[in-house]
Amino acid sequence: MAATTQNDSQLSAVPSYEQEQAQARFDAIIGDDSRIEPRDWMPEPYRKTLTRQVSQHAHSEIIGMQPEANWITRAPSLKRKAILIAKVQDEAGHGLYLYSAAETLGTSRDELNDQLLTGRAKYSSIFNYPARTWADMGAIGWLVDGAAIANQVPLCRASYGPYGRAMVRICKEESFHQRQGFEILLSLSRGTEAQKKMAQDAINRFYEPSLMMFGPPDDQSPNSKQSMAWKIKRFSNDDLRQRFVGMIAEQVKVLGLTLPDPELRFDEETGKWLHKDLNWDEFMAVIKGGGPMNSQRMERRRAAHREGAWVREAAAAYANKQAQSEVA
Amino acid sequence: MKSDELDATLDSFGDALASATRVTPGNALRPEDIAKDGVKPSEQIAQYALRLGDDSLILSQRMSHWVSRAPELEEDVALGNITLDLLGHARSFLTYAGLAWDKTEDDLAYFREEEEFTSLHIVEQDNGHFGVTIIRMLLVATYQHLLYTALMESADETLSAIAAKSVKEVDYHRDHAIQWTIRLGLGTEESAEKMRHALEILWPYIDEMFTDEPLHDQLEGVAVRPSTLRAAWDQEIAGVLDEAGLEVPNVPQAMCKGRQGEHSEYMGYILAEMQVLARKHPGATW
Repeated sequence: MAATTQNDSQLSAVPSYEQEQAQARFDAIIGDDSRIEPRDWMPEPYRKTLTRQVSQHAHSEIIGMQPEANWITRAPSLKRKAILIAKVQDEAGHGLYLYSAAETLGTSRDELNDQLLTGRAKYSSIFNYPARTWADMGAIGWLVDGAAIANQVPLCRASYGPYGRAMVRICKEESFHQRQGFEILLSLSRGTEAQKKMAQDAINRFYEPSLMMFGPPDDQSPNSKQSMAWKIKRFSNDDLRQRFVGMIAEQVKVLGLTLPDPELRFDEETGKWLHKDLNWDEFMAVIKGGGPMNSQRMERRRAAHREGAWVREAAAAYANKQAQSEVA
Repeated sequence: MKSDELDATLDSFGDALASATRVTPGNALRPEDIAKDGVKPSEQIAQYALRLGDDSLILSQRMSHWVSRAPELEEDVALGNITLDLLGHARSFLTYAGLAWDKTEDDLAYFREEEEFTSLHIVEQDNGHFGVTIIRMLLVATYQHLLYTALMESADETLSAIAAKSVKEVDYHRDHAIQWTIRLGLGTEESAEKMRHALEILWPYIDEMFTDEPLHDQLEGVAVRPSTLRAAWDQEIAGVLDEAGLEVPNVPQAMCKGRQGEHSEYMGYILAEMQVLARKHPGATW
């Protein structure tokens, strides 16, 4: 048995006729802008890249529930409280579709969850910043969900079918999330001096981290090129970033507030928006676990998992007993 | 779909579709509609609506703590949904009550003192572990389901309409709690023990739910007399506990006067957290 395995792995260095055919079919589907589906053959690096990306996205939805859940109990009106609960609940739903999409690539939800809890998988580093005031609910909706949408709308066209389709639904809901965030800031900006100050402070804190959500600059993003060739990704990090900053530069005027970026301007020559240099050292430090909230976010998730263990065990035991009694 | 067709969606994503965060038109009887079109209730009817609103508000406030902490993701969605339903019921009842005193739902939720809250002690009990939350949901949702079913016959049209909308939702809460009670009661020895413990610590607050007040005498045909729900409730709960291999615990009933504004030690903390931001900015709109 062992000999055969070794033999196979050595042989795979030279693709078989079937493998070459499969690769050609895959390339044709990508070239034709059609979709790869779960039963189609796909190269292992494509599967691996997608599994990583889709599961990171799912983890981000789940961890991203925490900063907002932090304000549910203190929401300043019952209507805002209801909207916030609905939003956080949508995020749990997004996590569920994305884990399902990731599972079609052959990794189970338990394994993906384990990767998150043991720190082997990442989530969007913006959630490692604290939601310190109510205005952060506005800034997170407007800037963080806004950046997420700018990133995710092109993913509706991702070459992997289940991911693209999950993204269509998610983007529709995210669009409402962004608007509710903007509406929170709009109310604050038309409110008392203290409310206006709260809104400006939240924008000041979330501006830079939200721009960094698009990932490192193009010349420092080694995986982007392959993802674009596979049509998972359709636009470069910098391109999406400048597109987003242009949108918020206009929207902030409606709020009568400002973005903390004196260098922000539209460059007529290139037709692109320019912004200040971002603090990528901080970004890397937060990704590596050094953000203000990394430890708390992870511990909260681990605690929920640990404290729920007896419930999951009991549910499994009950399901087994039911299955046995049906057989008998 | 080809790239160019999808490019069009880049600029107009998601305009036409529903999300939980959007208020769906045609979803009858929103608090906003009651505030706009509602008939001003009598003092007694307002007092009655306040009781029902306070029960749902405090329970929702408690339940909301589960969001992002549930034993599994599906349960995060389910508990969030239940929390949101309860908040919706609270908003409708409080909005209606407030019409009698020219107060909004937010005036009543955020700017009353502890002794002005009329909620039952059972809803302010600590969430505890998941089993405690499930048993509390079972006991309260079964009660609310019977209550709203009867309240649909109320001579007061607004109360009847709120009950008609809410009864469908608490029926789901009840069903959710029953399914979990059975699963955890029959699951493992550990889960059964936790469920027995949950019943013991919550059972002392049962009698208060069914205590009639003079207010109910004054609202014959409008309010539901709580004592009339007891027999059906006892029977339903006994049936569920039996199926789950659990029993009604033999514990004394606590002396509770939540309806008169006398609360347990939990209530001060619940209100401090809920009201802190609104009170820091009195008169602000959000």
